[in-house]
Amino acid sequence: MTETFRHDEVTLAELLRALPPAPEGWVRAAQELPRSRRELDDIVARAVADEAFRLALIEDLERALRDVGYEPDSLPIEELKRRLGDS
Amino acid sequence: MEASLSDAALVARCRTGDEGAWAELVNRFSRYVYAIATKGFGLRADDAEDVFQEVFARTYQHLDRLRDDEAIRPWIAQLTRRLSIDKIRAGSREQLSDDDVEPEGLDDTFDRLDDALVVREALGELSETCQEILDRFFARDESYQTIGEALEIPSGTIASRISRCLAKLREIFEGRNRAPEPS
Repeated sequence: MTETFRHDEVTLAELLRALPPAPEGWVRAAQELPRSRRELDDIVARAVADEAFRLALIEDLERALRDVGYEPDSLPIEELKRRLGDS
Repeated sequence: MEASLSDAALVARCRTGDEGAWAELVNRFSRYVYAIATKGFGLRADDAEDVFQEVFARTYQHLDRLRDDEAIRPWIAQLTRRLSIDKIRAGSREQLSDDDVEPEGLDDTFDRLDDALVVREALGELSETCQEILDRFFARDESYQTIGEALEIPSGTIASRISRCLAKLREIFEGRNRAPEPS
């Protein structure tokens, strides 16, 4: 990256102000993507192999997930619904 | 260790499935994505959160398809721009073009945020105390008292410490730009 700004303290302070932190929960959720993807793959594979589990997911997705030990709030639910629809 | 890696090296590590590297990549660009969505496009918090999560989901998904690992920053910037435009369009009853949606001076905002990223990177060369003080005061907008309590430093000394740390930050840039001594 090429620097195009002045290096006086006032400019540096303004540039430090320009990048406030994103909310912690957002950052954590994004950092946990690899784990949530793995869980998503496991759930879809299980739904394909186990018809009863698949029907339970269709009837009440969040309850069915909790029943087998997943925390729905930590999963990309919309993507899961889409993948279950595709599978 | 990941914090000292170049963007390209970090992307390469992410591609091998290194979850620590992925966490660092998110950490490195989270403020940037957040600032583009909220300051660049003025998205509300819930819309900004959708864009934020989608940017990182797509980045994770498409890491294998990046043509140039060093170009991850502009790639993320364009993705955030595109998704922010889509979000605004989706919330509008009218049919809007990109020009209708993009705020005036958006390119200047991007330039400024790129500069801000350079400054954040340089911040890493300062002592941990200086990094904390400058980040808490300028980026987190914390008071002298809050900073003093968090870092167990007398709050009456925070102003002078901010001034010294800023001067050190300036010296880093001056050192980078100084012409080498003739040998």
